[in-house]
Amino acid sequence: MIKKILIANRGEIAVRIIKTCKQMNIKTVAVYSEADKDSLHVQLADEAHFLGGSRVTESYLNGEKILDAANAGNVDAIHPGYGLLSENADFAEKVRQEGYLFIGPSTSVIQKMGNKIAARKAMEDAGVSVIPGITLSDTEESTVKKAARVLGYPVMVKAAAGGGGIGMQKVEDEGDLMKVVSSVVKKSETFFGSGEIYVEKFIESPRHIEAQIAADRVGNVVCLGERDCSVQRRNQKILEEAPSIFLSDNGRKKLFEAAVHAGKTIEYTNVGTVEFLVDGEEQIYFLEMNTRLQVEHPVTEETTGIDLVQWQIDLANGKDIPSLERNNNQSNHAMEARIYAEDPTTFFPSPGKLIEWEFPEMEGIRYDFGVEKGATVTPFYDPMIGKVIAYGSSRKAVMDKLLMCLEMANVEGIKTNIPMLINTLKHPTFQNGEATTDFVKNLI
Amino acid sequence: MKEIKTNMAGNVWKVQVAPGDKVELGQEVVILESMKMEIPIAAESAGTVEEIKVEEGSFVNEEDVLIVLKG
Repeated sequence: MIKKILIANRGEIAVRIIKTCKQMNIKTVAVYSEADKDSLHVQLADEAHFLGGSRVTESYLNGEKILDAANAGNVDAIHPGYGLLSENADFAEKVRQEGYLFIGPSTSVIQKMGNKIAARKAMEDAGVSVIPGITLSDTEESTVKKAARVLGYPVMVKAAAGGGGIGMQKVEDEGDLMKVVSSVVKKSETFFGSGEIYVEKFIESPRHIEAQIAADRVGNVVCLGERDCSVQRRNQKILEEAPSIFLSDNGRKKLFEAAVHAGKTIEYTNVGTVEFLVDGEEQIYFLEMNTRLQVEHPVTEETTGIDLVQWQIDLANGKDIPSLERNNNQSNHAMEARIYAEDPTTFFPSPGKLIEWEFPEMEGIRYDFGVEKGATVTPFYDPMIGKVIAYGSSRKAVMDKLLMCLEMANVEGIKTNIPMLINTLKHPTFQNGEATTDFVKNLI
Repeated sequence: MKEIKTNMAGNVWKVQVAPGDKVELGQEVVILESMKMEIPIAAESAGTVEEIKVEEGSFVNEEDVLIVLKG
């Protein structure tokens, strides 16, 4: 049984994990960098261990330092959160070799789903439809051009090791192809240490809809619902909701079945997300699988009454799905707005000190924040500093509540995307549930 | 003497010019990385690179001088 967990993360997700650990009477160990020494997650954990310098390579991406902290803190398990080392198979394996429980799926599943080409192959083998695409044997002009011609323009050039919206670019016609290929290869080598790429058919104006699954060690896989995450900027999500008002009952059934089938086929364990693109005719295409807790997990929690972090810990402890607890605070609809420290129109980062950070107390509003008034948002980490989640009995009520909450918010000292979130929530396209992944581009 | 400054804190990811290079107005001279985003810094006037004040990998604060131009 897990009694003490090290959280190998920072910001709002570290705070979120601590909250559930406290409810489960599990002790927590936070880790932190120089820039994060006064952070909320450090204050809230039972213990905190210093890792090193502010840069991620000196701290949160340094597996050895994290394992030293786990040793010093005498923990049983490591929760990786999202981003950082959460989908790093080598780290998961080292954690296990050192005798700790890694709260997540097996190392081999992390490895397989982490490489987009291997993940596509696994899904194709499982009979789950994937976006038509071609793996490149090399990046010679003739090879790439042939692949793009076979698929037909426009195409997407993607990094095999990519993720988080980095390492993918659309190509309209052959004239731009090689320029984009060299840029994606270069970026992928810099960010992911691998220049391996592939080409996919571009799906016009799709919706991004993902399925939350949970799986135990005896082969039970359940789907806990979908999240529509079509509102994105720079291929990163900003507003997510459940249920999706676009999906028909039949479309939803198809999506859930594909996700559960995918989970069973790859022998998934713990909590994970299968992401799909869904076109106007409700054709679903596997996009990628995230073998970890998702940023937007609260949307599922607020529609199902399930604490997904608790499920992660219980599943890591070896419990099976039928024995897991569900609360009864189910609501019909939930919507999450991500707050980014950035200019609302250029999306350029906006680090600085939070002179004001005030949000109203409201029924049916949940805040998952990693910062508080007076905190400094540094340039070292992701600009996502908190999430506002609204939930209730109807989509309209939830949308109105979220809008009211964001309009009443008072944030000073840095720029945030709150004005952009407000514009989105007021926009007829969004209100009518017609937003596709092109929405933000058309809004600006 | 003209100074190219950064309007944002971040890591210097790439320096794209060398001393003696001629740069044009609007040319990208440095790429910063801040909050996981690449931020290109462009020359606000034309000139010749006299001095590069930063190295790739170094951290800069808002208003720091990155490059000095002459001409």
